Amino acid sequence: MFDSDFAYSFRKSPVAVASAIIALILVVAAVFAPWIAPHDPMDVASLSLLDSFKPPVGMPDADWSNVLGTDNQGRDVLSAIMYGMRISLLVGFLSVLFAIVVGIAFGLLAGYAGGITDTILMRIADVQLTFPSILTALLVDGVITAALPRTMRDALQIYVIIFAIGISLWPNFARTVRGSTLVERNKDYVMAARVIGVPSWRIMLSHVLPNVIGPVMVIGTLGLGLAIIAEATLSFLGVGLPPTAPSLGTLIRFGDDFLFSGQWWVTVFPGLTLILMVLAINLLGDWLRDALNPRLR
Amino acid sequence: MFGFIGSRLLQAIPVLMVVGFIAFALFAFVGDPVSILLGQDHTEAQRIALVHQLGLDQPFYVQYVKFLWTCLHGDFGVSYRLAQPVGSLLAERLPATLELAITASVLAFAIGVPMGVYTGIHRDSLLSRVFMVGSLMGVSLPTFLLGILLILCFSVALGWLPSFGRGPVVHVGSWWTTGFTSWAGIRALILPGITLGLFQMTLIMRLVRAEMLEVLRTDYIKFARARGLTNRSINFGHALKNTLVPVITIIGLQFGGIVGFSLVTETVFQWPGMGLLLVQSVAVADIPVMSAYLLLIALVFLLINLIVDLLYYAVDPRLRIGR
Amino acid sequence: MPLLEVDNLTVEFPTRRGILKALDRVSFTIDKGEILGVVGESGAGKSLTGAAIVGLLERPGRIASGQIRLDGSRIDNLAPEPLRRIRGRRIGTIFQDPLTTLNPLYTIGRQLVETMQTHARLSDSEARRKAIGWLERVGIPAAAQRIDAYPHEFSGGQRQRVVIALALCAEPALVIADEPTTALDVSIQAQIITLLKDLTRDHGTSVMLVTHDMGVIAETADRVAVMYAGRIAEIGPVADVVRRPAHPYTDGLMASIPSLEHRVDRLRQIDGAMPRLDAMPDGCRFHPRCPRAFARCTEQQPELMAAGATQAACWLHAVS
Repeated sequence: MFDSDFAYSFRKSPVAVASAIIALILVVAAVFAPWIAPHDPMDVASLSLLDSFKPPVGMPDADWSNVLGTDNQGRDVLSAIMYGMRISLLVGFLSVLFAIVVGIAFGLLAGYAGGITDTILMRIADVQLTFPSILTALLVDGVITAALPRTMRDALQIYVIIFAIGISLWPNFARTVRGSTLVERNKDYVMAARVIGVPSWRIMLSHVLPNVIGPVMVIGTLGLGLAIIAEATLSFLGVGLPPTAPSLGTLIRFGDDFLFSGQWWVTVFPGLTLILMVLAINLLGDWLRDALNPRLR
Repeated sequence: MFGFIGSRLLQAIPVLMVVGFIAFALFAFVGDPVSILLGQDHTEAQRIALVHQLGLDQPFYVQYVKFLWTCLHGDFGVSYRLAQPVGSLLAERLPATLELAITASVLAFAIGVPMGVYTGIHRDSLLSRVFMVGSLMGVSLPTFLLGILLILCFSVALGWLPSFGRGPVVHVGSWWTTGFTSWAGIRALILPGITLGLFQMTLIMRLVRAEMLEVLRTDYIKFARARGLTNRSINFGHALKNTLVPVITIIGLQFGGIVGFSLVTETVFQWPGMGLLLVQSVAVADIPVMSAYLLLIALVFLLINLIVDLLYYAVDPRLRIGR
Repeated sequence: MPLLEVDNLTVEFPTRRGILKALDRVSFTIDKGEILGVVGESGAGKSLTGAAIVGLLERPGRIASGQIRLDGSRIDNLAPEPLRRIRGRRIGTIFQDPLTTLNPLYTIGRQLVETMQTHARLSDSEARRKAIGWLERVGIPAAAQRIDAYPHEFSGGQRQRVVIALALCAEPALVIADEPTTALDVSIQAQIITLLKDLTRDHGTSVMLVTHDMGVIAETADRVAVMYAGRIAEIGPVADVVRRPAHPYTDGLMASIPSLEHRVDRLRQIDGAMPRLDAMPDGCRFHPRCPRAFARCTEQQPELMAAGATQAACWLHAVS
């Protein structure tokens, strides 16, 4: 798949190259935040209320030590964004990974077992796909949180979120994998394997997986955008990650309170970062789909 | 025709049973309604009395049937948080959510379909590219952020439109309230309506475009051209009508999505609807509200599915025989 | 003057790998009331020729050079609107697969009425009356009742009758029938061909009958053009082309058709396959498969030249 044609079509697409560069910059900024961020927003001791609500550079009273200004507690917005991206990306990646694993497992199972198993799994997937994924994630999150003992909630919240978002995304993967499995199941080699007594699922696994890598990558990339939005939305709604580990969504929620008092930068910069990140990912996903599917162009 | 509706309704029953079971399971097994209702100070006797009163000492299938039975009568239990019957809480907020959802859908449909047709016909024109890039931005823009940016722009900076609430509402009938009757009520709908509708609009546009491209490639469109029919008749008659079947499905399903999705918009704009109620309930694990909401949304989806099926029936003559 | 003159028609498809010539200097004429058969393998350019004539080449295909004249006036360089008015009104088209050529969501009556009203000022009731007349003429039983039926309520053969009615209802002078029987049941093919032949004779309509079925051509056409790899290999009266093919390709084509009259021990087949558009051989495009090729064939491309009663693009007939 990563042959020269693929690389060629990448170089020929300025949108894809630009998106990849932006995504790379954002990922680097997130991953290396503890080393390159100008301040440590987690270090409560270093915060001073005297520094609160400093405007971003370009406005009166701004200074270069807080390029994007500070929030109500004097936290540097740029640093908070870099740390926030870490959490947003981490949750996004892990959610999609979880959705891929569940989706492949159920997709294979549905396609391989057929019959009632297939019907039930795909029926669930269909119903879930018609529901907005944010609603699924919110309900799953709410139920699990309610079931957990109060003392453990904060510590486990990140896993709950990853689980909730992953669950809301699995049907997309399962449908693709199931389709591919159905195609493979009727091929002669599977029949032959069955006749000689080799567990055919093992052979199918090794044949189905290579076939679905492409589509799974496309759905996964677009799913990453969805997962990041979902996490940000849940955090914005106040049912996501605890305030001790603020993601981009949490930052936007904090800033939302200061919209009317004029400190727009506290919410707008994390918001723009989120848009930029998701847009870059979606553009990459779109390009990937076109590149892997020349027929669609 | 009636057999068709009947079979659809029969198919809906197991779905409702399953959703009902999930809602019941939430209700019965998650959280501890007894201690929440009793609060901190209570005697063991009070506790046993309440358990008996709630029927929690009965076998779970009895509880399930009783749960369904009470739900059928509009009794969904009592909210832990607000200590009010969930049924009336939801009923009070249903009009707000539906009016918002309808406004958003109408916006999305009225703008999305023409844009989709245009980009499908003139696929390489500059405007089409602008629309397509714009739609990708629309997909990438989280709903809550769009709401915030709109508030920042039109409420904070320009001061043109209200940023929260429904504005004045008027009672219609016994329980419905509407904001459509006054200018202030309509103004309050504008920003939330755009926020909720934009994502659906881009979706509809992309869908109509894809379907148009598909249909314009078909033989009957080529034949229509070969007969010298006008472009208008081909594009808006023959082609658009053939794209309608899949478009109706998606739009129908999207309306369900809009109702579900409205919870984000409602939170941003403090819109007093069901979604806001749900978000507030999730935050404090108010299980009765969550399970009732689940049931209600399932019902809305099933209703919409039925309507979509009926529309199919109206649009596509091929479905009318053999059914 | 012939009804249709196609003069050195060249159709190109610009692609990423360069410009592909799908039709290369194709010339032929069709007289009033004449039926010209066009045969060749799939991909030889038969359907493309038809599409170029009615101005419905699919993008990015385009007419690169040459002229198409209808009744003496050029139609290859017309603006979209006048060209649209020619389609259906002056040149009708019949497509291959009747299952997909009718719009499934409109009644056949509506499709007929719409076509007629597009090209002539007709009241609704008049158009409807004429539509019923056309359905009767193409042999749809109980036409007055069936007019309000949807396409899926007709059989394949009946649908092709409806398609023929649609192609003829604005009374064009020329009909391009693109493989009109290929998708049909063998038992129905003859009926459809007979219907087409009778109707066009009654109205004095010329026909360009595109098919790969030599049998249909032999029964129906007055003249035949044999196409190969985007060029006309041979053109002439049907009887002559069938009995005394002048081009080795036509010869091979004829020998590969089973015949009832002459018992042949074995059917011959032409070895190899038609070259792809992006890999055209130099010289005569048929020479890699030609049993009689010689040096000149590999170097120079032959134009049509007199070869007995027909014209063939083959160096065997060069007068030197």
